Amino acid sequence: MGLDFTVIPKHIDIILLGCLWTIAITAAAALLSFFGGIFFAVIALYAPAVIRLPFRLFEWVFMGTPLLLQLFLIYFGLVQIGVDLPAFVAGVIGLGLHFAVYNSELIQTAILSVDKGQMEAARTVGLSRGQALRKVVVPQAVRAVIPPIGNNMIALLKDSALVSVIGVSELTLSAQRAIGATYRPFEFYILAAAFYYAINLGMEWVQRKIERRIALSR
Amino acid sequence: MTDHKEFVQIRHAQKSFGALEVLKDISLTVERGQIVAIIGPSGSGKSTLLRAINDLDPLTGGEVWLDGVQVNRSLPFRQYEKHINQMRQDIGMVFQHFNLFPHMTARENVTMAPKMLKGLSKDEADALAREQLDKVGMLERIDYYPSQLSGGQKQRVAIARALAMKPKLMLFDEATSALDPELVDEVNQVMKKLAEEHMTMIIVTHEMDFAASVCDRVLFMDQGVVVEEGPPEVVFKSPEKERTRAFLRKHLEGAR
Repeated sequence: MGLDFTVIPKHIDIILLGCLWTIAITAAAALLSFFGGIFFAVIALYAPAVIRLPFRLFEWVFMGTPLLLQLFLIYFGLVQIGVDLPAFVAGVIGLGLHFAVYNSELIQTAILSVDKGQMEAARTVGLSRGQALRKVVVPQAVRAVIPPIGNNMIALLKDSALVSVIGVSELTLSAQRAIGATYRPFEFYILAAAFYYAINLGMEWVQRKIERRIALSR
Repeated sequence: MTDHKEFVQIRHAQKSFGALEVLKDISLTVERGQIVAIIGPSGSGKSTLLRAINDLDPLTGGEVWLDGVQVNRSLPFRQYEKHINQMRQDIGMVFQHFNLFPHMTARENVTMAPKMLKGLSKDEADALAREQLDKVGMLERIDYYPSQLSGGQKQRVAIARALAMKPKLMLFDEATSALDPELVDEVNQVMKKLAEEHMTMIIVTHEMDFAASVCDRVLFMDQGVVVEEGPPEVVFKSPEKERTRAFLRKHLEGAR
């Protein structure tokens, strides 16, 4: 049987809705992973050992196990201990924390490579170590790693397809539903791929805007 | 506070890194409004001594006093942090490599600490930024980022940043050493202006001419000790110690 793209318009609304969910979950998880990444980086570098060591374990779990498994654990596993999260929320938390750990690695390295004269200058005007980190060191570190964080966010977008397995009606699951109704996998998977690519371009555009904005302040 | 003559007092300062002793029992008194230059070969301990005054490089022995208060008091960690942050508000410091905050404009560099630590309102902070940047001749560049400024301009903003906390004492750690020769003068002019306003200053420098023209007293340090000190006319023109003479001779040759 040949290809027939004329089936698409009839099901385009479900695909577009799926797009919106993908954008929503990616945006929410990206924000969580960004601020979570900063928070984790500061903990990993400066928290006392009682906090830092358990945190390392947590980091290892998120880096060393499949994201799919983490999503299952958060969505299906936590119910057993009384934490019943909506699928969307579970997806955001899973994706967000997973990529927060990766962002944290980047930010940690960047914090350590901020010139130590910056901390000194901040301390000499009377700032505490915490104030100096917050106002001087961390903002510079984050600016330095905007490009690689952007790459992580693109990876996050692609991995957001995984939340289809816990029932979030994002782009991939929407495509599967359209395929279920039409038996036209090639057409709808291609369509979904095109939409992922479009979202991807949009994210790159945002990233370029941010980079241009901070170019002077580096 | 009081008008004690010993505005800044360093008593038996001693500092070692393991077996290496970089400051050997140094004592120094600076009166209010005095300007003291510290000269000496690299590795002589002059920067270490300067950085001990605001405890950036803590001493391993001895005391530092400012205006009747001991800077390096021995206190439990948390209390000490509070104490030293307070003390440092009174001690401005200018670095060789400026250490301006690159993610902040000149205005923000100047106002960040006063806003955070003294609770200045936006208007007060703005007035302060204008006042301080005007003083160093950088008002026109108030909204420029450091990356848009020359070395001399950066250093002038860095001086304004230190002055914004209204310090009682200013420390200059080779403030012009990283500058292209043609940019040195604009920074020296600002420092001269501070001298005219009777700011107490301790200046680590390689510039003998500048030291001779603005300072009340010159200290020559070598290998962790003060070899010779006195008024610039004496130390530069007729030094007593052979080591001082040798250093000045070498330095003059280097300058030529």
